[in-house]
Amino acid sequence: MTQQRVNDFVIKIGTVNGTGSASANNLLLKALFRMGIPVTGKNLFPSNIQGLPTWYGIRANRDGYMSRSLRVDVLVALNNQTYQRDMENLCPGGFMVYDSTWPRAKQLNRDDITVLGVPLAKMCNENFSDARVRILMKNIAYVGVLAALMSIDTQVLQTLIEETFASKPKLIESNLKAMGLGYDYTMENFTCPLPVRAETMGDNRKHIMIDGNSAAALGCLYAGATVGAWYPITPSTSMMDAFKKYCKTYRIDAQTGKKNYCIIQAEDELAAAGMVVGANWVGARAFTPTSGPGISLMSEFIGFAYYAEIPAVFFNVQRVGPSTGMPTRTQQCDIMACAYASHGDTQHPLLLPANPHECFEMAVKAFDLAEHLQTPVFVLSDLDIGMNDWMIPELEWDDTYRPNRGKVLNSEEVEELEKFCRYLDSDGDGIAPRTLPGVSPKAAYFVRGSGHNKNALYTENSDEYQEIIDRLLVKWKTARKRVPGPVLEPAAEKTSIGIIAYGSSDGAVTEALDGLAAMGIHADYMRVRAFPFDDEVTGFVKSHETIFVVEQNRDAQLRSLLILETNTDAQKLVPVLHYNGMPIPAQCVVEGVCAHMRVEVMA
Amino acid sequence: MSFIKKPRIELPTQQRNDIGLLERDYEGPMSTLCAGCGHDSISAAIVRAFWELSIPPEKVIKLSGIGCSSKTPAYLLPGSHGFNSVHGRMPSVATGALAGNRDLVCIGISGDGDSLSIGFGQFGHAVRRNLNMLYLIENNGVYGLTKGQFSAAADKGSKAKRGDINQWKNIDPVSTAISMGSSFVARGFSGDREQLVTLIKAGIMHPGCAIVDVVSPCVTFNNHPGSTKSYTYTRDHYHPVSQADFVPPATEIRTSYAEGESTVVALHDGSSLHLKKTDSGYDATNRSRVMRFLEQQRARGEVVTGLLYINTELPEMHDIYRTSATPMKDLEFEKLNPGSSVLAELQARMR
Repeated sequence: MTQQRVNDFVIKIGTVNGTGSASANNLLLKALFRMGIPVTGKNLFPSNIQGLPTWYGIRANRDGYMSRSLRVDVLVALNNQTYQRDMENLCPGGFMVYDSTWPRAKQLNRDDITVLGVPLAKMCNENFSDARVRILMKNIAYVGVLAALMSIDTQVLQTLIEETFASKPKLIESNLKAMGLGYDYTMENFTCPLPVRAETMGDNRKHIMIDGNSAAALGCLYAGATVGAWYPITPSTSMMDAFKKYCKTYRIDAQTGKKNYCIIQAEDELAAAGMVVGANWVGARAFTPTSGPGISLMSEFIGFAYYAEIPAVFFNVQRVGPSTGMPTRTQQCDIMACAYASHGDTQHPLLLPANPHECFEMAVKAFDLAEHLQTPVFVLSDLDIGMNDWMIPELEWDDTYRPNRGKVLNSEEVEELEKFCRYLDSDGDGIAPRTLPGVSPKAAYFVRGSGHNKNALYTENSDEYQEIIDRLLVKWKTARKRVPGPVLEPAAEKTSIGIIAYGSSDGAVTEALDGLAAMGIHADYMRVRAFPFDDEVTGFVKSHETIFVVEQNRDAQLRSLLILETNTDAQKLVPVLHYNGMPIPAQCVVEGVCAHMRVEVMA
Repeated sequence: MSFIKKPRIELPTQQRNDIGLLERDYEGPMSTLCAGCGHDSISAAIVRAFWELSIPPEKVIKLSGIGCSSKTPAYLLPGSHGFNSVHGRMPSVATGALAGNRDLVCIGISGDGDSLSIGFGQFGHAVRRNLNMLYLIENNGVYGLTKGQFSAAADKGSKAKRGDINQWKNIDPVSTAISMGSSFVARGFSGDREQLVTLIKAGIMHPGCAIVDVVSPCVTFNNHPGSTKSYTYTRDHYHPVSQADFVPPATEIRTSYAEGESTVVALHDGSSLHLKKTDSGYDATNRSRVMRFLEQQRARGEVVTGLLYINTELPEMHDIYRTSATPMKDLEFEKLNPGSSVLAELQARMR
């Protein structure tokens, strides 16, 4: 008898890319969400348009664990190419739904799982005439099957379908029909519900489902960004798609019909970076979304903007490197490359969101910081945050917010000066006031990436050069005070063990902390949210004997940064790494910590 | 780029333009390019053009890439914001700057290495977007700062100072720009200031990307016998086909041309360009004939100059995007931020 698993399961759906299963998967996800169950959806997709295998994993967890779980409780196997592998990944006692329209090879059996055949294609072929509709409706039919098997509220599903197709009543009808086909067949032929099932838990009304790229795009919209320059690259593309969508709704001037935004698809990432720098130079808030390969190409302009002190906002939705790597898989592999991007002495503030909620907030913060500090600022998200469906607390906006445009002198302020010196800091924060083109002849200065003095004049004079480069260090200290601080989660008991992680590794760590505590291993957890590290991060490193640094890259880049920047003993920082391209599961953290602590992992 | 401060000498005979500025007000500090460098003549022509057009210096942005040509913005228009970007990337910075503030008058100064080699892609895309700027290429066929390597603009068979013969076919910015769909293409010669000033003025006023290729001999590395970018060669093969006069709105036309000798091209703001044909039968509005003509003259080794192609009907970047008339940088935050109630509304669809 299979163990009862109520509101704690993983559904995996294996389909073929391009068959339109996304809307069906979203329907399932939203239904569970509306039943009040904490839920996440992870899309595992190929770098392909049509024909290759794709999977969607839904994790529902009553305790709110959001990281990728390694177990699969219910499998919907609709792709012959991956059928065997998918079945092998199903956990013992699991359930597999397949399309019984076609015979299934006998050797593909496992005696520790339950196989449930539903003639999905046959049902849809009999009930729908159009070829494309048949394929699409097969997806909705498996939603009906799962609803029956797992007690997913059909009323909720119906409402969702009605809302989704409110403007196309014919589609409501066909979708409900398809769902009914799957539901009825399952109720008639199998014992429902399964021990693995959903149960209404309350409500998630204070939460939303969103992906990080959409949330970051919303952040740009709310921050007042007007210029977006970009070159398409997975997994950042959907961020500009979302920004465009929001702009089309909220940024068209009601009177003139003209756009209060300018999105430029550049010829390459070099140009995209140049455009962002150019637009920020004249005083428009401008950004570019990209991924690792784009950062490599943009590095020349990143160093330029650092030295010439021009604000710029770069969103790096990280994917697997090196080189082209695996564009549709996730990693945290660019933190080192971004922290010191470009040749010469350069260093850049990085904001490290752990979920879409922070993508929204940090997008706004990035513009404020970039303009305040007059320097490039990076938001380091990744494919897992950017492209997967996350349940997060509702986004909030303070209408009293006004952008921090930094020290920008207008013509009156310039007139009051005896002389305008572009690179002269008068108040000790390392930031010199700038002027925008168009102000007055007295405010004019010459931006250059070559050696310059405080008057923005070309120099090859050692002292003049060093004066500027040393002031940039003072500015770096200001940056340290202004970036978001870390989030500290102290252990229930006093401990000398610490864990440091950032970004999308957060879910795995928080889940692992509970598991470790149950084994008697207590650890304080610090999630760093920015670079440069502030005193709190340094203090945490100093005050713990052993610190596990959890991250998703091979070379322990965050650990290296901590060693470099907190001047700590490398021995006490223990790497816990996951870098195969899949989001890090909690089990990896538990195993990593236990391996070091020489404690056997309890099964 | 290094420079030497120029002593300011007030001459009583100097004229003031419509906004009360002297030509001197548009001049920058002393150039540090080689004595006799064609680029300095071009800088002087740019100064004259901006002074004659009475453009307030603060409304101008001057941008460049890397190389001798790209040093020149430092030597002119001291009252304008300048931007010496990275090698070959001036067009992208100009694109961003104009995206952010469309009210600025933008002049980009590049060279043959900057635009035809490392920056060939960005050059092409500035043309493709018909970015509203004057894009000037100071073309000497050689890399001067690195001591005399051929550039992509060097003609095949041209001889280097050290005796090498160039084996590669040249990239011609003029025919390249026309074939890419450019709206304004001209060629000038640093040694013909009168024509150059008119071309620069026309290019500044043209509502789109005005490509002006200027043959500008490098006196140090490419001004010897056997070079096809020397003063002597250019003068010997010089073939002006047209002269462009910019006529501001509501201005009486003083120049008179014989019938059939001139074409009037109207600009959107009521001003116009008067094309005087010095080569009868040249039609700067007929793209295919222009291309054929240029090809014929190229085969003969002629340096064809003048306003070679123009189409003022092509929309510039902002027209195509339909962006607001107010520059992006001046849009009020209230217009950009939809507020908390919209955010709440929007999230209702995310449940």
